[in-house]
Amino acid sequence: MKELYADAYTWCAIGVVVFASVVGDVLLARAMKQVGDVHALMRRSGLWSVVISVLSHPNFLFGVLAMALAFFSLLFALSWGDVSLVAPAAASLTFVGNAFAAKIFLHEKVDRRRWIAAVLVAGGVALLAG
Amino acid sequence: MTVRKYTVLAGVAVFAAAGDSMLSHGMKQVGSIPLDHLHNVIFAVTNPWVAGGILLLLAFFASYMTALSWADLTYVLPATSVGYVLLALAARFVLHEAVSPLRWLGIALISGGVGFVAGGPSHTTPHPRETESEERVEHEEELVSSGAER
Repeated sequence: MKELYADAYTWCAIGVVVFASVVGDVLLARAMKQVGDVHALMRRSGLWSVVISVLSHPNFLFGVLAMALAFFSLLFALSWGDVSLVAPAAASLTFVGNAFAAKIFLHEKVDRRRWIAAVLVAGGVALLAG
Repeated sequence: MTVRKYTVLAGVAVFAAAGDSMLSHGMKQVGSIPLDHLHNVIFAVTNPWVAGGILLLLAFFASYMTALSWADLTYVLPATSVGYVLLALAARFVLHEAVSPLRWLGIALISGGVGFVAGGPSHTTPHPRETESEERVEHEEELVSSGAER
């Protein structure tokens, strides 16, 4: 019974890690799309103005907060579960979750080619991260 | 996609893998930090491996954000996974560690996935700032040409 609870805690923590990473990635990607092509901006207005416009973007700040939440929940997940389960599960589920989120929230055209890639990479990461 | 953009994507993979390994090596030297002495984490930063790892991870974050400014999230993310492949290859050929058949399969899957994405377009959504600036350039060019006609 105790083990069942530990499993439930671990999977809950993995769920939070995946959710927070996906939210963080989507927010960071949206922030950078709104800031615009960094190379072009740097040529036009210089490095510091680009750095300031990225660091002061609300989506960037919330994205970093979500990433921090993902990091700390990963620490909790690692303290409850085995690293050989937590690391590959969190990393590979984040890849698949990001493909869904990018399609829904960022309106990226996730075609068959990108779905196959997301599944292949998720499988590969699961095997290598363990 | 230009050479510079491929260099940024390579930076995403290399900095993530190198930063993680340096950090992990440094934290093993520092030793475990008990929960009631959390402030010891600050001293961990004085370890050169930890400090170097943090610098490389900052470089990873900068290249990741740069790549996201001109490419889709579903295009950039597979590039981050190339770091896992680099780590496994470094383990086999630099550190001469054994890499199990399952890990070789993982390397093959990631390489295949990255190949699939790299063959397609890097961004599929309209770029608000880019179109805006392109329109502005076009508008300015029109003004210049109409001025020249006069």
